Amino acid sequence: MRIQETCHDSFLLSGIGWTPYRNIYRVDGLHMTQGIVIEGLDVWFGEHAERVQAVKGVSLEVAAGASVGLVGESGSGKSTILRALTGLVSTWSGHLQVDGETLGKRRSRAFYDKVQMVFQDPYASLHPRHSVDQVLSETLALHKLGDVDRRIVGLLEDVGLGRQFRFRYPHQLSGGQRQRVAIARALAAEPSILLLDEPTSALDVSVQAEILNLLSDLREQRQLTYLMVSHNLAVVAHLCESIAVMQNGQLVETLSVQDLRAMQATEPYTRELLKSSMGYVRSTQRADDSQTSPAN
Amino acid sequence: MSLLEVEDLRVSFPTRSGVFDAVRGVSFSLGQERLGIVGESGSGKSLTGRAILRLIRPPGKVSARRMTLGDEDLLTKSDKQMRAVRGQRISMVMQDPKFSLNPVMTVGDQIMEAYAQSRRGNRAERRQKTLEMLEAVAIRDPERVFKAYPHELSGGMGQRIMIAMMLIPNPGILIADEPTSALDVTVQMQVLNIMDKLVAERGMGLIFISHDLNLVSSFCDRVLIMYAGRVVESCRADQLYQAQHPYTQGLLDSMPRLDAPRERLSVLERDPAWRHADSGDLS
Repeated sequence: MRIQETCHDSFLLSGIGWTPYRNIYRVDGLHMTQGIVIEGLDVWFGEHAERVQAVKGVSLEVAAGASVGLVGESGSGKSTILRALTGLVSTWSGHLQVDGETLGKRRSRAFYDKVQMVFQDPYASLHPRHSVDQVLSETLALHKLGDVDRRIVGLLEDVGLGRQFRFRYPHQLSGGQRQRVAIARALAAEPSILLLDEPTSALDVSVQAEILNLLSDLREQRQLTYLMVSHNLAVVAHLCESIAVMQNGQLVETLSVQDLRAMQATEPYTRELLKSSMGYVRSTQRADDSQTSPAN
Repeated sequence: MSLLEVEDLRVSFPTRSGVFDAVRGVSFSLGQERLGIVGESGSGKSLTGRAILRLIRPPGKVSARRMTLGDEDLLTKSDKQMRAVRGQRISMVMQDPKFSLNPVMTVGDQIMEAYAQSRRGNRAERRQKTLEMLEAVAIRDPERVFKAYPHELSGGMGQRIMIAMMLIPNPGILIADEPTSALDVTVQMQVLNIMDKLVAERGMGLIFISHDLNLVSSFCDRVLIMYAGRVVESCRADQLYQAQHPYTQGLLDSMPRLDAPRERLSVLERDPAWRHADSGDLS
């Protein structure tokens, strides 16, 4: 929120008026950077009386090669930001930019060569009647990549599945193996940016460790940029260098992992999140209903 | 004094390739305490909870050398007698309130129905008790929630309503199967706080089933760690981090921790011998 305000301030100072997000920086070329730039992003669902503002004026920058985590409660709009970036949600306004390319309402194929997404639930994100081979070769065909045979074997090896998994169907795979297939599918297009939407929350801790290790290895090998959504602060802290905290559609705070680990959050909401993630604290105090119970 | 004694509990399911033993000889006793059962998916922790209430559907089979509630034998009870146990003496809170509440009935009616199972009394009295119970689970506006349908409430409120419904017959034992894993961390803490308080006030026994080691070690008094249908280790919850069994240690090591950053997470190496380890007498 603070970020957004400073943003507004600078526009007010420069006298640009009420359409601030087509902003002056771009003209200067200062933001012609690699990575992701989000400025004043609003996302809403429904119309008129039913309109729900899911994301409210969020500005966030992810430099190329960086790894940024988005944390917050369910309904705070963190996944919606990823969905707006990938074009899965069309009702947004603001300024989105990926690798110097400003995004419109539609995404080009070139965009998906750069940006890929891994979803939360590996049980839902793979087609039950498509074998691993079909999933990967379809993706490769869509991206007009040749040499399918070699690539599929390579991808499977990269994500730690042997070639023996190539002709299996999702029901013949465990949750962790499915998530590896989903990661292989995302990597098939050889993207530079991966959007990770709770990639390990459906998995057991031991499997989560394997997937997190895989993600950090892949990032090192391929110089990937990560934007990861998670409700688990420890997971985000493990994989990311900086963390953005969201509440009710707004970005309340960004902080580095060092600050997070040192519990040096300035916003009360972030402190509460930190405290809650350290485990249960027994108190004689009566639980208070009033602090946090969003209606959705 | 122990409220519940379980000895050599087994749950098995026939499959095309032979009988699958999901729970293989679990023994424990529960007093007026918070007993945590942790394990990964497929370890049999939820089935253990369900088997106590004899909620395993055929063709699944439950057997035990002994399963007693106070001085009553749960194994020899008829289905009708079991219905008097479920909800009244032992009740259960499930993971997701979305699937446990009746979507076409108001919250108030549902809780009153649970109350009417155990006690007679007119509608005004039932309503009164229900409103009191809603207040006890920290619902701010009981009158409004009483008239609301489940879809009008948040997940955290839904889970508190489930707890209210389960506690209104005043059972001696509450089995909570991942009661907070569908909830956000901050809401999770509130729900735990309420359960903690009610358990302490009413002298209930709580079986808390979870996959979250951190949470269990901070919330419970005692923990059973399950692997492949067996209890591999039992320890005091606050000593979970000094656990001896390699499986428990492996699980703890594989968790990323905020206070202890690590370059790589260690990956659990499963030893086939753990499957055959003796559950032993871990009462």
